[in-house]
Amino acid sequence: MSTQVDQRGNRSGTPGEAVAARSATGAGTPAGHGGRPAAPGTVRAALLVAEREVTTVVRTKSFLVSTAILLVGVLASIVVGSVLAGRDSDTRVAVVGAAAEALAGQDGFEAVDAADEAEARRLVENGDVRAAVVPAEGSPVGVRVLALDETPLDVVGVLSVAPEVELLEESDMNEGVRYLVSFGFGLVFLMSAAGFGSMIAQNTVTEKQSRIVEILLATVSARSLLAGKILGNSLLAFGQTAAIAAVAVIGLVVTGQDDLLGLIGAPVVWFVLFFLVGFVLLAAMFAAAASLVSRMEDVGSVMTPVIYLTMTPYFLVVFFNDNPTVLRVMSYVPFSAPVGMPVRLFLGEAAWWEPLVALALLVVAAVAVVALGAKVYERSLLKTGGRVTLREALRGS
Amino acid sequence: MLQVHHVNRSFGDRLVLDDVTFDVRRGRLTGFVGGNGAGKTTTMRIVLGVLAADSGHVTLDGTDLDAAERRFFGYMPEERGLYPKMRVLEQITYLARLHGVDRGAATRRATALLERLGLGERMNDRLDDLSLGNQQRAQIAAALVHEPEVLVLDEPFSGLDPMAVDVVVGVLSEYAAQGAPVIFSSHQLDLVERLCDDLVVIAQGRIRAAGGREDLRAAYGHARWEIDTAGDVGWLRSAPGVRVQHFDGGWAVFEADDDAAAQQVLRRALEQAPVASFGPVRSTLAEIFREVVKDEDTTEAAR
Repeated sequence: MSTQVDQRGNRSGTPGEAVAARSATGAGTPAGHGGRPAAPGTVRAALLVAEREVTTVVRTKSFLVSTAILLVGVLASIVVGSVLAGRDSDTRVAVVGAAAEALAGQDGFEAVDAADEAEARRLVENGDVRAAVVPAEGSPVGVRVLALDETPLDVVGVLSVAPEVELLEESDMNEGVRYLVSFGFGLVFLMSAAGFGSMIAQNTVTEKQSRIVEILLATVSARSLLAGKILGNSLLAFGQTAAIAAVAVIGLVVTGQDDLLGLIGAPVVWFVLFFLVGFVLLAAMFAAAASLVSRMEDVGSVMTPVIYLTMTPYFLVVFFNDNPTVLRVMSYVPFSAPVGMPVRLFLGEAAWWEPLVALALLVVAAVAVVALGAKVYERSLLKTGGRVTLREALRGS
Repeated sequence: MLQVHHVNRSFGDRLVLDDVTFDVRRGRLTGFVGGNGAGKTTTMRIVLGVLAADSGHVTLDGTDLDAAERRFFGYMPEERGLYPKMRVLEQITYLARLHGVDRGAATRRATALLERLGLGERMNDRLDDLSLGNQQRAQIAAALVHEPEVLVLDEPFSGLDPMAVDVVVGVLSEYAAQGAPVIFSSHQLDLVERLCDDLVVIAQGRIRAAGGREDLRAAYGHARWEIDTAGDVGWLRSAPGVRVQHFDGGWAVFEADDDAAAQQVLRRALEQAPVASFGPVRSTLAEIFREVVKDEDTTEAAR
């Protein structure tokens, strides 16, 4: 019984009135949708892709928050550094009567007036002052220095008559400053490169996972897509790094640490320059690596080697910033040059031509890696499902 | 006319497309039907140049397709793809701009298209805030926003409610009426049957049948008749040259060897009782599809 009902139902559903009506209208006329817009060239398409990357990222909360934290962090470390340095430098010294003149006009000391030697002695004993200078008639310099358990060399220094000293080698950089600056370059590089690198990786996988890549590739070439991605994120990374550099410079000027600025200014400019090229290199690697997988869950496995490469310069510079050989090698190896060379410049260990050579090496490496990355990216972008091995991607489809 | 010529494609050792050849004529809607894994999506990807063919080529009006020509194609991939976190209007505008439309015109077009597809209220929402049906509409907008000259749509109707189907059908018909070749795949055979002028049937990577809908019907449908009378037609079972398929008192559907045998049945029925209706039964696409695919499978087995 049921089959009969089906038959009757089908019978009435068969003819297509709409089709008949439609196919009567002009078949065979050429599709006329107005003028064809001019095809965007590779560059124009890349710019459009870059624009989307930038506007998308700039609007995300995580980007705004992390940038703010970075900038505030840099500013805070400079301000705190200056406050700490300020407290260190002034040694409190108790002075009695005419002895005050001996210290007058000397930088780095804060004179605390004491009524007599007994009070000065008490101040030293209480730890209120590091030393006391009291008049002493028998002494050739006219004063005597009181201190707790250690000769206060700085105080003695200014009170003594010292012979002229000629240093045959320039003094080493202050250990702390040296460490801080190296650490700073390393950290900024790591944060920016890893941050924007993962952004590229995420975007690549999102496009692959959501398959929008099929629509995109039906429209623009894979090269434009990759170029736009690298360009957009490089701009962001460059902007962020430049902002950090600007904040650092402003911070140093405002807190009156101009002398440090003089030392760090040129290296910072070099750093920004090296970073820009170095980031392009890393960006190509991040994009190529991410194009090998199709799901967000698999990103970790392909990202690990690239992340290690990004972290290496940071650890090298933190552990070996007092080892000139390691620094020299670092400053020429393309992956670590963006950190290594500015640190060497800051330490005054590099000749004027060295950054130029290192930068040229870095540019060559970046071009090579981008070319290779583009190949991998082009070939694995449409392969979905499992993970594409690097060998497969390079061998071609 | 969009033509696919002798396209072959393998994935590893598996031959996915085997000498695939068919035409998509201008001004007509062409339905592309086949079972799961038959090769529809692979074929469409090759037409769009998203995937390369191992051999064979695709032409439009006799010229080989290149990337420049394909930019005027509208493509809807099988697995839907748009940026999940991006606002609908922004991404449709972005896609138009990638096609070379300037910003102002791209925004206007995207807005008009989204309104037409019923997404006017939601176009400033992020894609993943939309229901699946609405995401599907956005996907269709993505395929159409650059006013393509050829449409290649993989399952454009899946997940759409009947109203949305009507809207999309209206848009596709408009494109076809303007002379664009339009091909779409679908599992909904009744829908394809209702809409398409031409059909391409693919199974196991080979084109099993291609041509006008009525031609296919004539070629593959068995001659069947339906009769409805006031009397009892039980005698049909023993009538010469006739095989009864369905029977219920005065109503029956039967196959006849030829027209003469069918006319003989009508005459005999009229002698016995008034006939309310008599006529040929048109095969449905589903039936033709099964027939085409089964035919080939049996020849395959016989080889």
